[in-house]
Formats: sequence, structure tokens, C-alpha cells
Amino acid sequence: MSLALFRIDDRLIHGQVVVGWGQPLHCTFIVLVDDEVRSSDWEQDLYRMGVPPNMEVIFASVDEAARQMANWQTDSRVGILLVGDVDTAVSLVEHAPQVRTFNVGGVHHRTGRTERLRFVYLTDDEAAKLRQLAARGVEVTAQDVPTAPAVPVGDFT
Amino acid sequence: MSDLHGVIVSHAAVAQALVSAVTVITGIDGALTPVSNEGCGTDALAERLKEAVGKGPAVLFVDLPGGSCLTSSVRYAKQHADIAVVTGVNLAMLLDFVFHRDVAPAEAARRAADAGGKAIRVTAA
Repeated sequence: MSLALFRIDDRLIHGQVVVGWGQPLHCTFIVLVDDEVRSSDWEQDLYRMGVPPNMEVIFASVDEAARQMANWQTDSRVGILLVGDVDTAVSLVEHAPQVRTFNVGGVHHRTGRTERLRFVYLTDDEAAKLRQLAARGVEVTAQDVPTAPAVPVGDFT
Repeated sequence: MSDLHGVIVSHAAVAQALVSAVTVITGIDGALTPVSNEGCGTDALAERLKEAVGKGPAVLFVDLPGGSCLTSSVRYAKQHADIAVVTGVNLAMLLDFVFHRDVAPAEAARRAADAGGKAIRVTAA
């Protein structure tokens, strides 16, 4: 059991995560790794609102996540870990090498990014960082919902 | 007090459909603006919201009590004066809202939540 999905999604906690992935995985906890949200009480309240009462939400900085990773990975419950951008994912893998997969679930348009998939826009730098993660042995795929096919990193970067 | 503006913030085309339904039923046009989160990250949705709200006070009607539509709406409300946010938007609350827009956003939001809640019931068989 433990953490069943490591996901990059700039919307963090939202319907696709809680319902789309949470239901089929029988997920009962979400770990949101984001230094900014970790230090903002009102943002934490806001993200908690989108989660049913039987699902625990844990907010962590990258450092805290690295320290807690072993505990989450042996948790008897099923969990989903979320980060909001490629840089946080890279930083997390550097601090917690036991992270071996990353699902790119939603990285949307912003100046400097180009469309790679309908739900994935990346700068060249972000695309290179994802390829580097894969080169280090992390399985990187893009997939917005469980019913869609997982696109290998080489096909969208 | 000038009439409040309502902005519906939803997944897919729910907001657009609600705006059309309100216009069909009441004949009132222009009181509501739809915003969809389709294809939007946080920044893009914030930009759509800003454009839809424009100047002046407004009530943001959000589809779900959590998720990207709510997150962006509450963020926007925190950064701007005279913006109130209601979740669980339904047609009944919008129909009430368009006829009661001469109040402050917070009051309009409370009234809308009340009207929307009263519309949810199980009918006798």
C-alpha cells in the first residue's frame, strides 16, 4: 500500500485528484508538498475544503517530505503525493531518492511554455529536467486521469 | 448602490449553461458572466476571473466547495475588495440573485446560498 501516486499538478488538490484518482486507488490520505502552501494557514484551509472528511491531508515542505517519506511509504493506508511544479518534483527526488515514479498530471500554459500534450505545457528547461529525472531511473509519464493511457516521457518532452 | 455582477466559475461548460438558462427564464441578460476552468492552470484561471469580474463589486458562484475553481476564486477575493464567494452554484440561487443585486456582495452571497439550499429537496413520490 503506502503512496500509490506521485503527481505533478499545478492545481494541487482538485477533482481529478480527489475523485478521478482517489476513488479507484481507495486513497485515504493526500500529501501536498509545497513550501508556500506549508507556510500559509488560509491556503491549507482552502485545500482541505476540497477533500472528503474521510481523507487526511498532510501539508509538508520539501525538507519535511524527505524526512517523512519512509513513514508514508510504509503507511497501511493508500496515499497520493502532490507537487505543483517540475522544480519541486526534482527537488523532492534529490532529497528523497526512494521516489521512483512521477506522474505529470497537469502543467498548464504560462509564458515561455509550449504545448506538449493537451494538459502538459513545459518550457524547454522543464522538459530537460523531466528527461534528466527519467535518466536517473525515475519513471516519468504523463496521464491526467486513470482511464487515459500513460504517455512515456520521451513522447512529450 | 449599483447592481452587483455575478460570475459563475465552473468545470467544463456548466457556467455557460447556467447563464443561458437564467437568460431564458428571466430575460435578464448581462448580470452573469461564465468562467470555465477548462485547460487552465492557476495563473490562467486567475486571468480569466480578473477579466470576467472587471471593475466593481461582484459575487463569484463556484460549482464545488473545493478544487481549482474555488481555490482561484478565494485567492481572487482575498486580493480584491467587495468580492464574495458562494459554492454549490445552482439555477435556483442564480434566479434569486439576478433580481436582488442592489445589496453588498456579502449579503447577496448569503441570500443566494439560502435560496440555493432551499431548492434542494426530495419530492414526494
